[in-house]
Amino acid sequence: MLANQLTNTQEKDLSRRAFVAKAAATGGLLLGFRIPALAEQANEFSPNAFIRIGRDGRVTIIVQQVEMGQGTYTSMPMLIAEELEVHLNQVLIEHAPPNDKLYGNPALGFQATGGSTSVRVFWEPLRRAGATARCMLVSAAAQTWNVDESSCHAEDAVVTHTPTGRKLTYGELADKAATLAPPANVSLKDPKDFRLIGKAVRRLDAPNKVNGTAEFGIDVKIPGMKIATVAACPVFGGKLAHVDDTRARAVKGVRAIVRLDDAVAVIADHMGAAKKGLAGLQITWDPGQNEHLSTEDLVRQLDSASQKPGVTALREGDAAKAMAGAAKTIEAVYQLPLLAHAAMEPINCTVHVQANSCDVWVGTQVLTRAQAAAARVTGLPLERVTVHNHLIGGGFGRRLEVDSIIQAVQIAKQVDGPVKVVWTREEDIQHDVYRPYYFDRLAAGLNEAGLPVAWTHRIAGPSILARFAPSAFKNGIDSDAIDGAVGPYSFPSVLVDYVRQEPPPGLTTGWWRGVGMTHNGFMVEGFIDELAAAANIDPVHYRRALLGNAPRARSVLDLAASKAGWGEPLPAGNGRGISVIFGFGTFLAQVAEVAVDKNGHVRVQRVVCAADCGRIVNPDTVVAQVQGGIIFGITAVLYGVITIENGRVKQRNFDTYRMLRMNEAPAIEVHLVDSKEAPGGMGETGTAALAPAVVNAIFAASGKRLRMLPIDIAQLKASDRREPNSRIRKPKFERAPKYRHLCNIQMPGISDTRKRYGGCYISSFLRDGLATYKQDENAFEVQTLGRRGVLLARRRPVCWNHTPKPCSGCPSGRLAGR
Amino acid sequence: MAYQIKVNSKDHQVDVDGDTPLLWVLRDVLEMTGTKFGCGMGLCGACTVHLNGTPTRSCVTPIAAVGASVVTTIEAIGETDPGAKIQKAWLDLEVVQCGYCQSGQIMSAAALLAGNPSPSDGDIDRAMSGNICRCGTYVRIRGAIKQAAQSSAPTARRG
Repeated sequence: MLANQLTNTQEKDLSRRAFVAKAAATGGLLLGFRIPALAEQANEFSPNAFIRIGRDGRVTIIVQQVEMGQGTYTSMPMLIAEELEVHLNQVLIEHAPPNDKLYGNPALGFQATGGSTSVRVFWEPLRRAGATARCMLVSAAAQTWNVDESSCHAEDAVVTHTPTGRKLTYGELADKAATLAPPANVSLKDPKDFRLIGKAVRRLDAPNKVNGTAEFGIDVKIPGMKIATVAACPVFGGKLAHVDDTRARAVKGVRAIVRLDDAVAVIADHMGAAKKGLAGLQITWDPGQNEHLSTEDLVRQLDSASQKPGVTALREGDAAKAMAGAAKTIEAVYQLPLLAHAAMEPINCTVHVQANSCDVWVGTQVLTRAQAAAARVTGLPLERVTVHNHLIGGGFGRRLEVDSIIQAVQIAKQVDGPVKVVWTREEDIQHDVYRPYYFDRLAAGLNEAGLPVAWTHRIAGPSILARFAPSAFKNGIDSDAIDGAVGPYSFPSVLVDYVRQEPPPGLTTGWWRGVGMTHNGFMVEGFIDELAAAANIDPVHYRRALLGNAPRARSVLDLAASKAGWGEPLPAGNGRGISVIFGFGTFLAQVAEVAVDKNGHVRVQRVVCAADCGRIVNPDTVVAQVQGGIIFGITAVLYGVITIENGRVKQRNFDTYRMLRMNEAPAIEVHLVDSKEAPGGMGETGTAALAPAVVNAIFAASGKRLRMLPIDIAQLKASDRREPNSRIRKPKFERAPKYRHLCNIQMPGISDTRKRYGGCYISSFLRDGLATYKQDENAFEVQTLGRRGVLLARRRPVCWNHTPKPCSGCPSGRLAGR
Repeated sequence: MAYQIKVNSKDHQVDVDGDTPLLWVLRDVLEMTGTKFGCGMGLCGACTVHLNGTPTRSCVTPIAAVGASVVTTIEAIGETDPGAKIQKAWLDLEVVQCGYCQSGQIMSAAALLAGNPSPSDGDIDRAMSGNICRCGTYVRIRGAIKQAAQSSAPTARRG
């Protein structure tokens, strides 16, 4: 009843002291909701849409980025409080109402929480909002005292005249500040002066989440409210033909049966009665055209569509020509399955439709879309629809959709009074908006050193963007589907093309944690690992060689590898795999350590992650997001698949749509790079990097390359795989004699001198992290013992040594004497 | 028919079918929404309450089976010693993310600690693997249970 708590607080107009005491006593989040009209009536200083300061000193921060576990109800207020000079325990948090103009997400174009954007896009505007308010309060104080503003300073919601020690609280200044014009330009703090940002601040929403008082959408209580549960046609796109509700109506507590075109709902006093009533319905469905649809059909369609070129999304150099001239070419097909989101809070929405109004209580990532959807269904003007947002019990992309809100309003139109529509878990799994099935063809041409001279990646799948935001779907290219299609790497020639292939109508696909990066991270990082294996080069050093233009990627790669003990021996049947991605403005690498037993069962034992996400607002939340993202990713790797048979989803509940549990959770280490770069998103990268690290580790452990998720344990049975130790990927120098004695060195003091030395091969430099391939110069940059040199890769690449004698001083002793 | 149940030391009378799961009596009839619905099949643990101190999935416990058992929910677990320690450790280690499953996690953890003051990793696995967390807070849950156990160790030794 947090919303009510707030309302009561307002009605009683408690003194500031009482209010702050109350907030501090609970130590938690007081959530409220208020429509803007009320705010305008109140005597408050409200310099912008994010801040209100009452005469009583109440500081309210209105948070537009919804809280679904990622910590925005702490990080967004931190940004404001940092510049406003208030403590977080002095503020009241309010859900923002739907308003694209005031609360639109600049990256997404409307009011939405998703795509790991919150900190990235509001990092500057929210600090500016706080600073603007503070400046106005300081001006108000200076004018009151008739002193210069520069002699005043603000701290803990009080302005002090420094020379005399006079003080005025923000509450006392609110009226006067409200009469001032906001300054056009305010200066923001030097980051070295941050007292909140960058510190591990306690989550404001945590206290209410450990004692059962946090109110999620499903917890809404409205006087007179009924509970409904629903069954939609199990076949995608099918309709309701007939319902016999005799038995359902006889269930104690059942009040009504509501029929929709494609669903039927039972309205009852409580969910127990509603479910019992639903089980008692005898429903005849009209399955429609998808009656015989199966996953195999979808895969066949994608396979066939991906045979032909798609729309060119990225072209650099002439990949076809480079491929034709390559020493070796490698091709692979990678596939990802349909997935449900399965957030722990089942889909729900409470609606009260009246003659001239509609109230919607829901936890949604897209408030204005929810409002517009309810307006469309009811025929009411937008301003007659009020959406009361709530804490979200897991979003992961599912609550970017309004399908269930539309359905709930359709049901509520037929119910007298408020009704809470709650989906069963079965309904949630079987009527999700699924992560698309992707079918990608990758190919690379390698030079004689095993490094790519050509990279092609054809992506085949539906376009979520074309459905979700048609105006963003430009020139036939889905920018999300192709995001990260070449990874963080530089290749001499690249061709990425996109084949849009939609499933039949009725089967809707949508965003799932990590979005395009989760898709392409798996494809690219799995395939890169194949190339490294083909080149007989250590996967870490192979990647390093391709990251010459991405120093931040290289540094997280190195950090993850070194923290994970890359290269240290593991028992037979165990292996390490690595991945490195750049997405949402963040560079992130993971090393997964797995054990594959003789039956093919895989256990992820340890994951080490290194991330450079630029400036960090709340480091502990960043770590938590990575930890959770990794668990989310492991679930998908080991178990995640939605299978369609006869037009229906086969999986039903957590017995058939399995989730990772405590006893399967690996040890997780997260290492954050201290960075002064712009903030990157951290909600999704942890998930995006996980799957490839695990399949690469499985390869290291078993010699089996898996190109499809979830992993198929049948392929990993001991009888069907090589001895784990037979494929230790140490470069075998004697196999490459043709590379000897040809190199061209440019380095200070030895400029452009051709030297012919036996000794190190470029592959060993790559393996040991001493050389990096720079594609624009077709050269390797080498650094040893503090000296930097450049190797020009001529007709045949190359070896190099830093002295005329065998490299006894080489940092890697292994090279000496070769 | 009407059933008498005792929840968090308070008596209630509810008039529902005997096969109505306790979960819906708590959430929809008594309006105690701290206990969560996750799966309806006893698979995820979100609905965990204590019946006479034993962790029980309320979504598969018919009201008729509750009888005279004392029901404890998340709303009152903080009044018990293990419950309070678990809640404190949960806050100290910042366990929660979305928080939806945490009522059930805390109820399972508090029951574990009540019966086993210093649980091993294996004990934690056995007690907690019935509780799914989709946000993936397992690493912190394990740490928080250990911290809570340490904070309760002196008491246990005295006992």
